[in-house]
Amino acid sequence: MTELDYAEFPKDKISLLKEKLICRDSQIVTLLSLLGEPQHYSYPSIFVYGHTATGKTYVIQTLLKTWKLPHVIVNCVECFSSRMLFEYILNQLQGNWLSSENERTSYLRCNSLNEFVLLFKQVVREQNLLNQTVYIVLDKAEQLREMDANLLPGFLRFQELAEENVTVFFISEIVWEKFRPNTGCFEPLTLYFPDYSKDDLLKILSRDHPPEFSADFYTSYISILLGVFYTVCRDLKELRHLAALNFSKFCEPVKKGNVREEDTRRLWRNIEPHLKKAMQTVYLREISSSQWERLEQEDEDSKHLKGLSAHGHVELPYYSKFLLIAAYLSSYNPARTDKRFFLKHHGKIKKSSFLKKHEKTSNHLLGPKPFPLDRLLAIFYSIVDSRVTPSANVFSQITTLVALQLLTLVGHDDQLDGPKYKCTASLDFIRAIARTVNFDIVRYLYDFL
Amino acid sequence: MSKRKTKDSSLSLGECIAEVHMTLRRRFCHHLPCKPFGVEAQYKNLLDLLKQTAVHGESNSVLIVGPRGAGKTMLLKSVLNELKKMKQIEENLLQVHLNGLLQTDDKIALKEITRQLQLENVVGDKVFGSSAENLAFLLEALKKGNRSSSRPVLFILDEFDLFAHHKNQTLLYNLLDIAQAAQTPVAVIGLTCRLDVLELLEKRVKSRFSHRQIHLLNAFSFRQYVEVFQQQLSLPKEFPDGRFAQEWNQNIESLCKDKTVVDILQKHFNSSKDFRSLHVLLMFTLSHVTVSKPSIQSMDLLDASRQYTMDSKANILHGLSVLELCLIIAMKHLNSTYEGQPFNFEMVYNEFQKFVQRKSNSMHFEKPVILKAFEHLHQLELIKPMEGASVRTQKEYQLVKLLLDSSQIMDALQKYPQCPTDVRLWASSPLE
Repeated sequence: MTELDYAEFPKDKISLLKEKLICRDSQIVTLLSLLGEPQHYSYPSIFVYGHTATGKTYVIQTLLKTWKLPHVIVNCVECFSSRMLFEYILNQLQGNWLSSENERTSYLRCNSLNEFVLLFKQVVREQNLLNQTVYIVLDKAEQLREMDANLLPGFLRFQELAEENVTVFFISEIVWEKFRPNTGCFEPLTLYFPDYSKDDLLKILSRDHPPEFSADFYTSYISILLGVFYTVCRDLKELRHLAALNFSKFCEPVKKGNVREEDTRRLWRNIEPHLKKAMQTVYLREISSSQWERLEQEDEDSKHLKGLSAHGHVELPYYSKFLLIAAYLSSYNPARTDKRFFLKHHGKIKKSSFLKKHEKTSNHLLGPKPFPLDRLLAIFYSIVDSRVTPSANVFSQITTLVALQLLTLVGHDDQLDGPKYKCTASLDFIRAIARTVNFDIVRYLYDFL
Repeated sequence: MSKRKTKDSSLSLGECIAEVHMTLRRRFCHHLPCKPFGVEAQYKNLLDLLKQTAVHGESNSVLIVGPRGAGKTMLLKSVLNELKKMKQIEENLLQVHLNGLLQTDDKIALKEITRQLQLENVVGDKVFGSSAENLAFLLEALKKGNRSSSRPVLFILDEFDLFAHHKNQTLLYNLLDIAQAAQTPVAVIGLTCRLDVLELLEKRVKSRFSHRQIHLLNAFSFRQYVEVFQQQLSLPKEFPDGRFAQEWNQNIESLCKDKTVVDILQKHFNSSKDFRSLHVLLMFTLSHVTVSKPSIQSMDLLDASRQYTMDSKANILHGLSVLELCLIIAMKHLNSTYEGQPFNFEMVYNEFQKFVQRKSNSMHFEKPVILKAFEHLHQLELIKPMEGASVRTQKEYQLVKLLLDSSQIMDALQKYPQCPTDVRLWASSPLE
């Protein structure tokens, strides 16, 4: 089924499609043959799924546009309420956009699915679309599950409800099994868009090569890029972005005249550490793409720039710091060990005798445990050297830390007596804070004894 | 060949194929009312009941219950078609179609009823007056009538179980109340797929319902299933090109005896008896029919069946990167050691680090890169957080559950293109 030979498919359009959409031949054939001719009925709902950036939206969009079929493409993230969704579809179908020119006279309003069905019929009649299939494409269809309960089953059997020749496309990354409502629904026809293989990616990425270099040169660059990133990332969009960002660095030696284009080995040696660094920075959006480009131009070492996460240092008041440290200690130490750490005459207890069977895994693996306010204050008083009065200030600082999301309140929100907290700061953050007040936190942590 | 025959088979092959697509697509997609299969008793039952209402002015209520795709709407539509053929009924009977998906509350439903009955407060497609007025008006109109003089009304409630979720079940109460009292003759027909639908009704509503139920339970054998398959694919007698239709039907007939086809159908029959899944299969098959291949072969059906029965999660697993696959293997090991306990990112990371340090030297990644892969898995809903509130805990410590079976993972690993050998070994035997 590789040859397109449906009698009515014009050859030139197909070759145009094939040129635009590479590595998607079999999907195009399946889709086209499912859609059939405009006056034919198509299946009421078609569910398309596949990974991020496998060309789901692009293929369907290009196909509908090239074939000049009446269609509306809606992004369900944009239209987050059912009302917006309905109005968007109706007005797109009418060819209206909200603008000052048409003074919103012909702008249709629609509140419920019931009204939508009536208005949809009316619009279809007005626009002379009666004898051809109208396509509604719902992109990011996983959002529909969180909207009104009748929306997803309603769109699935829309052809039956509206009694018009309509096909609804659902595009999603998530498999159909997670959509099915618990009382069941009309089952759509599911189509899978497979992921691109490494060769496919190479073919697609090599297409946007800059005109001043030869195609082979750019292809060799792409294969180096894939060699570094392919184990981590198969997202075409991300790879394309990375390819565009790092190319200037790659062709720099050629431009300077040090290396010939054919000398792949030296080019590879030049670019590889650079790409590895890109994985830790640009790929994680630690530093932005524009910063990265500037770095490349200025020929600086990219280590100079601090990333986003390096700006984790927060300036806090003196007592807040100690409160936070106390909170960290109470979150990550078992309460039994408090005596040993914070009382003066605790006697010698070895860690091995402390260990219970279930506590063999470290607390830094399991995450913070909740603790009561009293324990926090007790540890706070014992680690602060000077005498602190439990003033309103101290308590308001605790709630401020909650507001800053360094602590979180566990359980009921409106508990005045005996609230429980959790510390959500990371170890590195606490270490940095402890260093500023000369407190050796590692000595007090049970995990590091 | 007679002269007459050559005359009517004047269509070219392209036109024939287009016509085949037209006819069959109509059948598979639009679910035209046709004589339902294997439900003659239910058909007669419903027809008699509706005749009683339409002709004699009896008020009735009935529930048609059956699983999805069992032909409830089809049965009703064909009964209504039959009724329409009788002249005196056709002029007399009013129909109101309601659907639980469209009329999500009683206000909308009332408006819809007044609109479909074309009552006085309706101008064009708009209904005027508040919903309280509407209800009073409607009840007044329905109560004024009597058995002999007023026109019978047929209320068809699709997705009946959804109407039972309305507040106080006012609409159902009023409809069934009218059906019980000697007022305008009405028939209330509910279609639902829930077998326990009567438990959803309030006591007062339940007592007014006649407890007449028609069950459609797909009670047919495999032989009949094959018959349906043949009947669904065959071209009708009205087909413009007689010769083509004959050849086509012969081909379908021989197809039904083909060993591979029977095997495929048996497989589908075993998984589900409803006709809609058969229609999906046929739709895929039909899409293979083109001018260069003007008949259905058994290979087409095999292809369609393969497309229909694809395991979607295996497909998704196939597209993961190696790093994401490694994380899934680490989760699988955690699942087997801690017996299905939820885990967090730190534990997965720890497990993965053990693997990297001992066995593999090719996979050194920074922690944030691995966290990004972990979040991608979350986005694909291959893992699910245990508690909803995501702001409360750091993302490293959020407890999650793996939504994959270990056999699914092993199968996916077998099919994974260019899977590193050390990863495959690690998957089959956990580290000590």
